[in-house]
Amino acid sequence: MDPLRLATVWMGGCAGCHMSFLDLDEFLIDLAPKVELVFSPVVDAKEYPEGVDLVLIEGAVCNEEHVEMAHKIRRRTKTVVAFGDCAVTGNVTAMRNQLGLGNAENVLQRAYIELADSTGRIPKLKGIVPELLEHVMPLQEVIHVDYYLPGCPPPADRIKALVGALLAGQTPKLEGKDIKFG
Amino acid sequence: MVLNDLIQIKERELASRKKYVLRCCMAAGCMSSNAQSLKDELEKAVAAAGLKDEVEVRGVGCLKLCCQGPLVQADPAEILYERVKPEDAAAIVAALKGGQAKVSQGDLNHPFFTRQMSIVLANSGIVDPERIDSYIAADGYLALRNALREMEPKEVTDTIVRSGLRGRGGAGFPTGLKWGTVAKSTGTKKYVICNADEGDPGAFMDRSVLESDPHAVLEGMALAAYAVGADQGYIYVRAEYPLAISRLQTAIKQAKQYGLLGSGVFESPFNLTIDLRLGAGAFVCGEETALMASVEGKRGTPRPRPPFPAEKGLWNCPTLINNVETFANVPAIVRNGAEWFAGIGTEKSKGTKVFALAGKIKNTGLIEVPMGTKLRDIVEDMGGGAPDGGTIKAVQTGGPSGGCIPAGSLDTPVDYESLSKLGSIMGSGGMIVMDQATDMVDVARFFMEFCMDESCGKCVPCRAGTAQMHHLLSKIVARKATAEDLAKLEELCDMVKHTSLCGLGQTAPNPVMSTLRFFRGEYTERLQPDTLGRPGTESAVPAGSRAT
Amino acid sequence: MCAKTLTIDGNEVSAADDATILDAATEAGIKIPTLCHLEGVYDIGACRLCLVEAVGIPKLLPACTTKVVEGMNVRTDTERIRKYRRINLELLFAERNHVCSVCVSNNHCELQTLAYNHGMDHVRYDYLFPKWAVDTTHPRYGMDHNRCILCTRCVRVCWHVEGAGTLNTAGRGARSQIIADLIQPWGEADSCTSCGKCVMACPTGALFQRGATVGEMEHDREKLEFIITAREKKQWIP
Repeated sequence: MDPLRLATVWMGGCAGCHMSFLDLDEFLIDLAPKVELVFSPVVDAKEYPEGVDLVLIEGAVCNEEHVEMAHKIRRRTKTVVAFGDCAVTGNVTAMRNQLGLGNAENVLQRAYIELADSTGRIPKLKGIVPELLEHVMPLQEVIHVDYYLPGCPPPADRIKALVGALLAGQTPKLEGKDIKFG
Repeated sequence: MVLNDLIQIKERELASRKKYVLRCCMAAGCMSSNAQSLKDELEKAVAAAGLKDEVEVRGVGCLKLCCQGPLVQADPAEILYERVKPEDAAAIVAALKGGQAKVSQGDLNHPFFTRQMSIVLANSGIVDPERIDSYIAADGYLALRNALREMEPKEVTDTIVRSGLRGRGGAGFPTGLKWGTVAKSTGTKKYVICNADEGDPGAFMDRSVLESDPHAVLEGMALAAYAVGADQGYIYVRAEYPLAISRLQTAIKQAKQYGLLGSGVFESPFNLTIDLRLGAGAFVCGEETALMASVEGKRGTPRPRPPFPAEKGLWNCPTLINNVETFANVPAIVRNGAEWFAGIGTEKSKGTKVFALAGKIKNTGLIEVPMGTKLRDIVEDMGGGAPDGGTIKAVQTGGPSGGCIPAGSLDTPVDYESLSKLGSIMGSGGMIVMDQATDMVDVARFFMEFCMDESCGKCVPCRAGTAQMHHLLSKIVARKATAEDLAKLEELCDMVKHTSLCGLGQTAPNPVMSTLRFFRGEYTERLQPDTLGRPGTESAVPAGSRAT
Repeated sequence: MCAKTLTIDGNEVSAADDATILDAATEAGIKIPTLCHLEGVYDIGACRLCLVEAVGIPKLLPACTTKVVEGMNVRTDTERIRKYRRINLELLFAERNHVCSVCVSNNHCELQTLAYNHGMDHVRYDYLFPKWAVDTTHPRYGMDHNRCILCTRCVRVCWHVEGAGTLNTAGRGARSQIIADLIQPWGEADSCTSCGKCVMACPTGALFQRGATVGEMEHDREKLEFIITAREKKQWIP
């Protein structure tokens, strides 16, 4: 059997979900021969490839690059998993939405000017720094999501339950505490 | 006060009538177009012409054709003057004895007037709402006298049962049945409440009744109180109706002075106090349990029923609560008998119904028609159709709890069952006509915004559900929604309708469901292709950020 | 007093004459989800999670306020009810800013628990992200409107268990909020006795002890139950 082409993507999140993925410990060793990690923050691939079987997307959709990336992922991937609370609910990343309209500007002002030590400057070089969206979105508002894996971060055994089931060709059925937010 | 006193007042009042009467509409619509100055000027003109002994200038309630106000009707010539300005006063007075005043005249033979049948509005535009004698001259308080002196309470209830009167507040619950339940409820203290918290956008029937004939409401309440064994009544009227409030205050004061309220009414053992309670502007307080909480001085939020007010109402005592128009029907029914009333209307909807005709229609105003009158007769014959050559697209009845009836169904008779079959309701009587330019999705969005703002916030489906439905409707209006959003909207309609605590939430989806039923195309033509890229679907070009 | 018999989810159940459907179900070990219900204070039927079906009655009935009727046949877990409950929970999450991961009540929250017990792995509605303040003017407790679901348990214990009458509800619809005294900062509400019963009663992290950090706020219902038992049974039993 060909190894499953697996990708993990890091959007607007803290990388905690990826840390939790690494917490899979020895399951990673079981996983290694069964998957080919074709795209991930932990491998050196620049372009999201075609023909991905499974992707775990961490983080909310916060900027234009994320929107573009999400659509690219959806086109090139069989199964999309919203990986962790930021992807599922927006979570902390989306807390800036409460500021209402103009909040992207406010966020930049706060981060790059007010909190700057000396030479505050908002990075906005066209084509280099992606524009922030006015409104942070959970993944399902942008692309179709096949499975939801909530948690901040989702504990390793929850990831194992989902990925394990998919590897075994089963339909994952997470319920009870396995879908707890937070 | 005994029967003879009533008769004497009536005779004295009729004997003092002058040869000519100028009836000036002093209801809120005409008052807002300067009717008070007009009346003053007419009085001055009468004095200047030396006709004080021959001409009475009488402030009356609503003369019905509100769009042409201020209105003045000259008797006995039966001329209706429209859009009268204070400076027209002298000409109108001069024309009393013959000749023509150069003032626009309304056609009293127009179906708008001739097709009306007045029971609730019988005194409207005729009696002076600020003088109890004027009401007594129209046989006012005779029904109360007869009931108190010649009928057992049960006979009064039976009369209402046999009349077939149903609640005019919207739901159409049989009034007699309600009275009977309260009468049978055990308890030494019982209450009667008049719900005058009319709040539907576009509805002004109850306001007009209160402004035009407040004593009829008081008499109806007194009859109800006698029938159910209550000795305290409250009229819950919204503070936005200052004129109705002041006329009610005057009416209560006059009724007390005559011994028609208070202790030993008509020298019987029957006592009744009626007090006003003013609503602070919350639509939900028209819901009976919220209204009672508000009367008790609490936050006006509904509570689950049962227990129904008839069993546990105000301060946990059995309470009868009826709408203004329901009470206003009662004196006439008791006076003329149940059979008379039951002979009017349809099999299941008896009597008449008052409607506030508004929106895209030539003749806006107040109409009272027998139940069963076809919608087409109301909007086309009486209302004169859409103005400026427009065509009627739909008629909205029942306000934010009702629905839009498409032009194709205009031959529907107006009765409780027929309207609910079309997914609308009779409601309290607001009737808003819409023409071809009306955007039905936006209408639904408007009513949803209304419900969202007016939700009390107590139960989750109404509070959070209306907000989410409004969000979805706004997305559709802004052409930022997909078919999935529409599906979510429809699912929410079902959920909010079936799980909300009170009528406000349970009926809030109605405008959406009825516009979806008859004007679905207006929704679907705005939907955008899905950009989510579902496997197996052709994905459209990704859009930017989200709507609203 | 005579007992009544009824059927709940196919089980024959007996209940006291004045029992509610919720009482009868609880006694029979049948769990009906609730949010605004709190043992010891009167019920208001507001959250609509406890709605059940009864054969022959077209309307759904709130189990917490509906008295049992002899012979009634109640279904508490039909597909339709489960669907409505899930929508209800999704609406609550979308309505305000419930960020479980940074909430003081994470892992001890009734809303969170209900959500996963009802299979809510995500919210299908757009989050509305309203702007709400946090009141930390009280020396001991805090009130975070972002996490409030307006169940008014706090209001009811404040008025009817403590008898202070500090907390109340103001505003309408989605802008309703819990207030202290006359919409004052909680710390300035003179009527507050700082008893903390409201905090014990809160199902989410909306009311919390100051100083509690993420996941630390466990709403200890024991003290509240102790007081209520004392009042109802006239016995000080823990």
